[in-house]
Amino acid sequence: MKGGHDLGGQSGMGPIDPEVESEEPVFHADWERRVFALTLATGMLGKWNIDEARHARERQDPLRYIENSYYENWLEGLEKLLLEKGLLKPDELAGRGISSNTDLAVQVPDPQLASKILAAGASSEREPRSEALFQVGERVLVRASEATGHTRAPSYFQGVRGIVSAVIGCHSFPDSSVDGVHEGAILYNVAFQGKDLWGPTSENAEVLVDLWEPYLTAGGN
Amino acid sequence: MPHDHHHDGHEHTEPPSDIELRVKALESLLVEKGLVNPDTLNTIIETYEHKVGPRNGAHVVAKAWADPEFKQALMADATEAVASLGYCGRQGEHLKVVENTDDTHNLVVCTLCSCYPWTVLGLPPAWYKSAPYRSRAVSAPREVLGEFGTDLDGDKKIRVWDSTSEMRYLVLPQRPLGTEGWSEEDLQALVSRNSMIGVELARTPGQDTEALK
Repeated sequence: MKGGHDLGGQSGMGPIDPEVESEEPVFHADWERRVFALTLATGMLGKWNIDEARHARERQDPLRYIENSYYENWLEGLEKLLLEKGLLKPDELAGRGISSNTDLAVQVPDPQLASKILAAGASSEREPRSEALFQVGERVLVRASEATGHTRAPSYFQGVRGIVSAVIGCHSFPDSSVDGVHEGAILYNVAFQGKDLWGPTSENAEVLVDLWEPYLTAGGN
Repeated sequence: MPHDHHHDGHEHTEPPSDIELRVKALESLLVEKGLVNPDTLNTIIETYEHKVGPRNGAHVVAKAWADPEFKQALMADATEAVASLGYCGRQGEHLKVVENTDDTHNLVVCTLCSCYPWTVLGLPPAWYKSAPYRSRAVSAPREVLGEFGTDLDGDKKIRVWDSTSEMRYLVLPQRPLGTEGWSEEDLQALVSRNSMIGVELARTPGQDTEALK
């Protein structure tokens, strides 16, 4: 989907105005700290994967997504997941007390294991089911997409040709992982010229991006 | 540089009390239902506020500058080489290091969200997650670098890495001139977080590095 999150190349977003590195705190308010921790802790329940979590944040009015601060979007996504996965009921979230009939078939990890879970991470590598279609140096075209679900093909590459710079391997494919499908697809790194993305008057820097095979087709010569 | 809260998406950092209440209510609910253990929350916060941060990445970079064998291993398999220093885990499962040279400068962004190599840099700064950076880093990187006070030679090639997959990119900045014979520890003080994202260069000897330590 082309949502409010798909920001590459968007004009008019204003100056970056970075905080000085040594002065910026990790969190800018206590509620941000809590949202971050709640998101990671509930993620450990294993009821959703990273693509479902991203998609939950993306599925918003695009204007609202842009207007929200970063952790407001996390909170939006978290509440949505908790409701959709049945961990919370709308009445509970609305502050009307805890329902007695909540069915909680979840394993809450022992707090002693939390550090280990964070340090272990989760690989996105998957068993390949076929050989890579494209090789390093080959020209590829990014397919136009009308997909309305989750995708990691930024819209600014769609319909543009680039050159395969690396065949990374077989990794979890976001467009189907969001539906709980475990199988992966071949992941490539593809290099694009700025003039092909932004026109001849652009800065013409090279942009490199990881794209999965289903996003690509042969790009001719 | 004074920080202006009016036009960079941080205006919610002094939130209306309704979001504080909303988050408090959610936390109480999750704890009361037994879905979240308060000790787990504390561990998560302690980990990312105090343990995992850009000093990890500075260690990696300084070691790569000082130890050619480590650098070779790092460029061949960054995940493995970084793990050998004890840094591994979430948002660092698949690392790639991209090296700045006399000809090429690298810059990292995530236009779709906020992908960032947590294991070596910690959590991303607010500007990295903001619409202004995410929108323009790919289309006008020189202009973006200028906003960080970084002016590169006109003939230097810029490579922007848009992090769409679970690969996480770390920039290996160029080692500053005049640091021959420096210890790894002294070199670390020259490696800013921003130089490992690619919006700045590593600090040079004589620049005030106290703030980084």
